[in-house]
Amino acid sequence: MPIYTLQVNGQARSVDVRDPQEPLLYVLRNALSLTGAKYGCGLGQCGACTVIIDNEAVRSCMLPVAKATGRKITTVEGLGTPAKPHPLQAAFISASAAQCGYCVAGMVMTGAALLARKPNFTREDAQAALAGNLCRCGTHSRILQAMESAARKVPA
Amino acid sequence: MSAPGAGRFHGPFQGPSHGRLQPAAFSSARREFLQAGGALVVGFTLPTTALAQLQPNSDVALGKTLDLNQVDGFIAVNANGTVSIFSGKVDLGQGLRIAIPQMAAEELGIGIDRIAMIEGDTALTPDQGATGGSSGIMRGGVQIRQAAATAREALIGMVATRANQPADEFDTADGEVRLKTGGAGIPFRDVITKMSGDTHFLLKVDPKVKLRNPASYTVVGKSIPRPDIPGKVTGTHTYVHDFKLPGMLHARVVRPPSVGATLVAVDEKSIKGIPGARVVRIGSLLGVVAPNEWDAMSAARMLKAQWTEAASLIGTAAVRDWLRAGPFEKDEVLVSKGDAKAVLTGSTKVKAEFFWPLQSHGSMGPSCAVADVRNGKATIWSASQATHRFRETIAKALGMPREDVRVIYLDGSGCYGMNGHDDAAADAALLSKATARPVRVQWSRQDELGWDPKGPPQLLALEGAVGDDGKISAWRTEMWLSKSTASLPNMPLLALDAAGIAQVPGITTGLISQNGDPPYAVPHQDVLVHWLSTSPLRPSNIRAPGKVGNCFAVESFTDMLAASAKKDPVDFRLQGLSDPRATEVIRRAAALISWQSRPSPSPSAATGATASGRGFAYMHYKHNESYVAMAMEVDVDRATGAIRVRRVACAHDCGLVINPDALKQQIEGQILQTLSRTLYEDVAFDASRVTSVDWASYPIMRFPEVPEILIDLVVRPHEPPLGAGEAASTPVPAALANAIYDATGGRVTTVPFTRERVRASLA
Repeated sequence: MPIYTLQVNGQARSVDVRDPQEPLLYVLRNALSLTGAKYGCGLGQCGACTVIIDNEAVRSCMLPVAKATGRKITTVEGLGTPAKPHPLQAAFISASAAQCGYCVAGMVMTGAALLARKPNFTREDAQAALAGNLCRCGTHSRILQAMESAARKVPA
Repeated sequence: MSAPGAGRFHGPFQGPSHGRLQPAAFSSARREFLQAGGALVVGFTLPTTALAQLQPNSDVALGKTLDLNQVDGFIAVNANGTVSIFSGKVDLGQGLRIAIPQMAAEELGIGIDRIAMIEGDTALTPDQGATGGSSGIMRGGVQIRQAAATAREALIGMVATRANQPADEFDTADGEVRLKTGGAGIPFRDVITKMSGDTHFLLKVDPKVKLRNPASYTVVGKSIPRPDIPGKVTGTHTYVHDFKLPGMLHARVVRPPSVGATLVAVDEKSIKGIPGARVVRIGSLLGVVAPNEWDAMSAARMLKAQWTEAASLIGTAAVRDWLRAGPFEKDEVLVSKGDAKAVLTGSTKVKAEFFWPLQSHGSMGPSCAVADVRNGKATIWSASQATHRFRETIAKALGMPREDVRVIYLDGSGCYGMNGHDDAAADAALLSKATARPVRVQWSRQDELGWDPKGPPQLLALEGAVGDDGKISAWRTEMWLSKSTASLPNMPLLALDAAGIAQVPGITTGLISQNGDPPYAVPHQDVLVHWLSTSPLRPSNIRAPGKVGNCFAVESFTDMLAASAKKDPVDFRLQGLSDPRATEVIRRAAALISWQSRPSPSPSAATGATASGRGFAYMHYKHNESYVAMAMEVDVDRATGAIRVRRVACAHDCGLVINPDALKQQIEGQILQTLSRTLYEDVAFDASRVTSVDWASYPIMRFPEVPEILIDLVVRPHEPPLGAGEAASTPVPAALANAIYDATGGRVTTVPFTRERVRASLA
């Protein structure tokens, strides 16, 4: 089986993958045991599988692993930990911005990409950035609140 | 373990009535307790954290009592002084994981940080019934609170007796029994070992035990953060989707191309290009398993199978007529008061018909389960909302005694009644049994939206009149609803049907005829339901079953009556209510958006490209649970029919509030989810299959549409805590319809409120 080397959360990780078309999501979740990214639709419609690749929020359910090599991949686990959360994760925790939380890692990754691109984004920016991330529990208000609070903490 | 009911300590402990505080006596008793504790040999160790639920192959016969009448059923004090709470009610994201420990911590007198809650494990947690119907706190939490209070009284009583001092001179705090005057206390564990000669309480739950005075609460009523949020936000929380076992196979079930189709033939060679993948066929249950998940998915896609086609469904377009036409099981009169027909005959009648469509739970994560069925034992990890109930069903299906089956709850993706989680667990159990390997079944997006059980459709026809006094004089509700099959043990599961395993046929829809009558004083009322014996697609309970659609009809119609009487919608409601808890929420919701008293529609309703309006709705859930009032502001684009909800205000009274922030989160969620259901959602299906199987064909609310939400909690610490996971859903559709009417003068009576329907209402 072909071996691919991925740059994940600052580490080089080698994985055996039979099918180069296997989406990155399954490689992360199974071979690398990084289960923060979730399977939601496999169609790029919901955002639960979002990771950051070279500073862009990317749907890992649609990206063949062969196309992820040589690029800098960050998953929600690489962003921060419960003990040392990323400022955006800390804002989500303060706002209690999750109910079931199945979608929330994708929200955080989409938000982190926005924060890196535009540190002082507005509520409307956040709404637009998250328009492709779905939530069923109705946690939207708190997610927006967390996003706004993280944006405010970033010096202009 | 003692037999159930063989508790050695019953009833309240009476400390001696003589004597004043005698520190010397207590010190001596304290020494005695601590010595006993030190000598104890612990024979049975309970898991101290919920992580115990992740251990595979645990012995089903753990020996812990599951008796609902025993304190030990719910509470264990561990050797390290922490407390384990065993809850049959599970945290689906609604915050029971903090709220129930808060209730227990308050009564026990121990820090919340020293409590771990174990949820929905048939080997460890008592059967407190399904987590549904807003019963988590109201029944589940209250049972555990009772056990905790019983434990506290017993612990204090034991110490008081030994110290020869009155019980009321003691209290519990920080996990110890202490004198109220202060000083060193005795850890719970040491008291228990002395009390029962065991590590257990061996004590019956006292249904009459005195609870702490709410005025003294230090834990209940506080917005303590939920413990699961940091893990969820950093990707370390374990969902059932993330759970793995050694040697586990990944499986996909290939569902038939049409509902009711049967499998004729499978070409196993069609997947031979995928190493390790193989077909598992049990009757018409067709699965593909492989050690690698993508291989299982690829094989499922490549597999060639021949099915009989079926065309047994009525199709979306026919649902409304189908509700009118039957098949009917029976008619049932729910309310008959005065002579509504006669009064209506002599009055100017208002009439309207309201329709609620079939809807999906629309869980973000398609259903998933892991099963290990080997060597005559079965362990199933599932996001089931009713692990004990599912255990019975799956034990029968596997042909195993229930004692050999353990079902363990792990978090799933948000579910609001019953999505595909039990189906996926049955899939996994049958495939694991067939392969003698642990199996993980993951449904696809198309599986979930296509095959999850659906919220059933509803049709309501209402007529009513307003008397010369400006009050509602007569009211009739006629409902067409699908009836739950009496004593159905479990919703029939797809895998069992496909595999040809017998199960009790029937449907479950929940208590869907409630709140079809007005909550207002109406002297002449008839409420009649025509019960349909089936439903267009396999149904299940979906959040606030039936009551979202019923409140949509009743509260839209109330607005129509108010408009016919040229009365302000809030004033009109208030004049029909005498319960002060009802009027309080209504006044507060109106105040939240500075409601101006005037009749609807708005004087500017006929002008402008964008019409703005406000609407109101009220609900007393089931007529005996939470009180909710909701006001909403909308803009309507007259040309396109597009609706923009600007603000939603909710006043909410569920009695004692355990965790205000978690409660607010539930209310926010119900508002947004129900706005989504009202604005967008309608399951599309043809004669053979559901066709709305992705988020493009089954759209839900997105971030740009999120309105501002204002919440006012009525706090009533001396009232019982009521359920809060459903009630706030119910007034949403009517508040929105009433706001649209106020804005435009057009009345929308069919959900979802598509642009076409809004435009049609303006014509």
